[in-house]
Amino acid sequence: MAAPRKRDAMGWGLSALTRLAGSKVVDRAGLRKPLEGLVTAGTRNGFRVAGAATRSFKSVQKLGKPARLTPAADTGLFDLTPSEDQQLIVETVTEFAAEQLRPAAADADAKLEAPEGLLSRAAELGISLVGIPEELGGVGTERSVVTNALVAEALAHGDLGLAVAVLAPSAVSTALVSWGDEQQQADYLPAFTGEHVPAAALALQEQKALYDPFKPATKARRTPKGYQLDGVKALVPRATQAELFIVSADLEGRGPALFLVESSNAGVSIEAEPAMGLRGAATGKLHLEHVNLPAGALLGGGKADVFAEVVRLSRLGWAALAAGTAKAVLDYVVPYVNERTAFGEPISHRQAVAFSVADIAIELEGLRLVTLRAAARAEQGKPYAREVALARKLAVDKGMQIGSAGVQLLGGHGFVKEHPVERWYRDLRAIGVMEGAVLL
Amino acid sequence: MINLEVPKKAGALINQAYQAAAEVFRPISRKYDRAEHTYPSELDMFAALLDGLNSSGEGGAGAAGVRRSGSDDSAKGNRNGANLNVVLGTIEMCWGDVGLLLSMPRQGLGNAAISSVATDEQLERFSGMWAAMAITEPGFGSDSAAVSTTARLDGDHYVLNGEKIFVTSGERADAVVVWATLDKSKGRAAIKSFVVEKGTPGFEVVRTEHKLGIRASDTAVLRFENCRVPRENLLGTPEINTATGGFAGVMQTFDNTRPLVAAMAIGVARAALDETRSILASAGVPIDYDRPANNQPAAAAEFLRLEADYESAYLLTLESAWMADNRQPNSLQASMAKAKAGRSVVEIALKCVELTGAYSEESLLEKWARDAKILDIFEGTQQIQQLIVARRILGKSSAELK
Repeated sequence: MAAPRKRDAMGWGLSALTRLAGSKVVDRAGLRKPLEGLVTAGTRNGFRVAGAATRSFKSVQKLGKPARLTPAADTGLFDLTPSEDQQLIVETVTEFAAEQLRPAAADADAKLEAPEGLLSRAAELGISLVGIPEELGGVGTERSVVTNALVAEALAHGDLGLAVAVLAPSAVSTALVSWGDEQQQADYLPAFTGEHVPAAALALQEQKALYDPFKPATKARRTPKGYQLDGVKALVPRATQAELFIVSADLEGRGPALFLVESSNAGVSIEAEPAMGLRGAATGKLHLEHVNLPAGALLGGGKADVFAEVVRLSRLGWAALAAGTAKAVLDYVVPYVNERTAFGEPISHRQAVAFSVADIAIELEGLRLVTLRAAARAEQGKPYAREVALARKLAVDKGMQIGSAGVQLLGGHGFVKEHPVERWYRDLRAIGVMEGAVLL
Repeated sequence: MINLEVPKKAGALINQAYQAAAEVFRPISRKYDRAEHTYPSELDMFAALLDGLNSSGEGGAGAAGVRRSGSDDSAKGNRNGANLNVVLGTIEMCWGDVGLLLSMPRQGLGNAAISSVATDEQLERFSGMWAAMAITEPGFGSDSAAVSTTARLDGDHYVLNGEKIFVTSGERADAVVVWATLDKSKGRAAIKSFVVEKGTPGFEVVRTEHKLGIRASDTAVLRFENCRVPRENLLGTPEINTATGGFAGVMQTFDNTRPLVAAMAIGVARAALDETRSILASAGVPIDYDRPANNQPAAAAEFLRLEADYESAYLLTLESAWMADNRQPNSLQASMAKAKAGRSVVEIALKCVELTGAYSEESLLEKWARDAKILDIFEGTQQIQQLIVARRILGKSSAELK
């Protein structure tokens, strides 16, 4: 993309809409540029634009039945050592997070978008591929929830907002692998294994006090041809870029169901929704006004247990992300309190400071273990609702406690943007709010 | 492969411990809470069973299980062994009653100390002996380098002089592992532990304490006056090596016993949560793991918070034991587990009394809330654990971070 030019908000919106008009007839390569323009346009508050132009998702020969990943084996032994594959993946992702995410984090936070090329470089890491079966062009053979948790943690050590941006498409592809029928898999998954992984988002969140994801205000009603959706989803990552959404909506009063919504569906519009944190994820509101969907848009048959799993695996993702960012806080404050002196000695020589650091380390380790237990149970096909709930509780409470301690330990220096702890403080508040967006 | 479930092969041991907790401990729990200082004779029969478990080669369920023998070092890969088993067994038993577990013959912390640092010869000689642990003195608690009880070599004997307090099972045990200094001027390196058998002249039990909780367990004050102990009863090496610090040897015991105390806390916390869950359910407040906590009744939300802390402490405890099984240094994790489990069990047990209103002696909840407090104190207080964790994380010495 060319160097950003100075324009006012109106200029951005007009420009984007103009480009969009022509985008349906251009080829895929030609499509990229206008889409990138839209990203930035959508990040300005108050402007509503049409959703990103959807590539025509090309259906491949569908399989006789949907391809699924099998549950992982249970060795029957307590073990905290990652497999060799996991160690390799975590090393790679950790390096990527340190070299690509962390240095870009402050800028992405300010500009409300990931830097040019970052997300495609992340896609090249193949993070989504591990969760897609070989028959469908991925590299996965069995459920790898633990690996996904380790990846999320490693990414969030770099930056939470950018980690969410990186992981958003795989929430959709993983859901398609787990609950898509053979037609849905054939329609959409090939794009996720191709060269240009589409931006996509799992949209469960709504703006409401005491929001319960099991009771979405977004409504779906049956029509002769399929479904019609109305409502607004909130804090959707990469909303303006996303070409495909999985949206939760109440199906005629019978509880929540999931629908595949392409951004080009009539009635879909996006409104930028910058928030306290997660700003690198370019969050936006997804407006659905009389959006007509075909019958094949219903994911997982609208089953209650499928929906519950989506919510749980999403919360698990947020717990893993919280652990990663909390670790970033710990790694940052340790050298700081050792180097910062007051009253003639390092402030770490004072128990009030040292115990705060100790508590960060203790609560972080506990959060990690509880998250990993939930992940291991999920991938082995064991019940894991309890473990996810506890991981989420710890991620919400201890994650925020750690985020707050991080700023406190730096005092006034923690409050200014010279140090990343104020960003982690804002980002970690998201854990208690967010439903959806990521999914392991 | 990452998996945080209890090992399948521990299933039988856990079930045995659970059966004992439910059928032996629980029925007599209140009785010995009221009858403080009365020996729970019901435990004799049961202690024999535990001895059997210990000798079964499965790593046992008791204090002796913490020994790190070098014999199976050749085994490759992930190990789930004695340390994990002991922790899992302890959790179950303390779900029954922590005071009674502490009263179990031959399962004292002294036994854990012997298992940790004794030579093979000593281990053989002291086998079958019930050993208490005597560290604390009237003049110090957490500062265990401040030992003022002295041991002077005189021929084939060490002569011990001093007073020890807070000795768990100090009256009932067959022997006491006593910390004493060979030379006060040489500091920590001169502190050694000695096995002193009951009946040794000059060794007197002064009195037993009346306590907030764990009343089934006797806590004694001991006095040593020119008490002559055979020199071969010194555990570890008699040399005072200030360079390498022989103190590390006695402190090593704590790496092995802290996960055990954490496990005790887990057991009590689990008991309180189980009971509270069932009381809340019958009061029409079920716990829902899918609904957001803030959308549930306040008591349910509070329960979820407590259970999350429990789960965190539980897994930290298993981690520290698993690391010991796999010969990984676990001082940091043992202290993390002890700190988290200690503070969590107090918070959980007290809050459960509040949530259920079970303040009267009709319920065991009030007892567990009293029992819980000691678990955040003995084997290193909350603050000592935080200090250890902080020093490790920050890379500070005890001289820098006091």
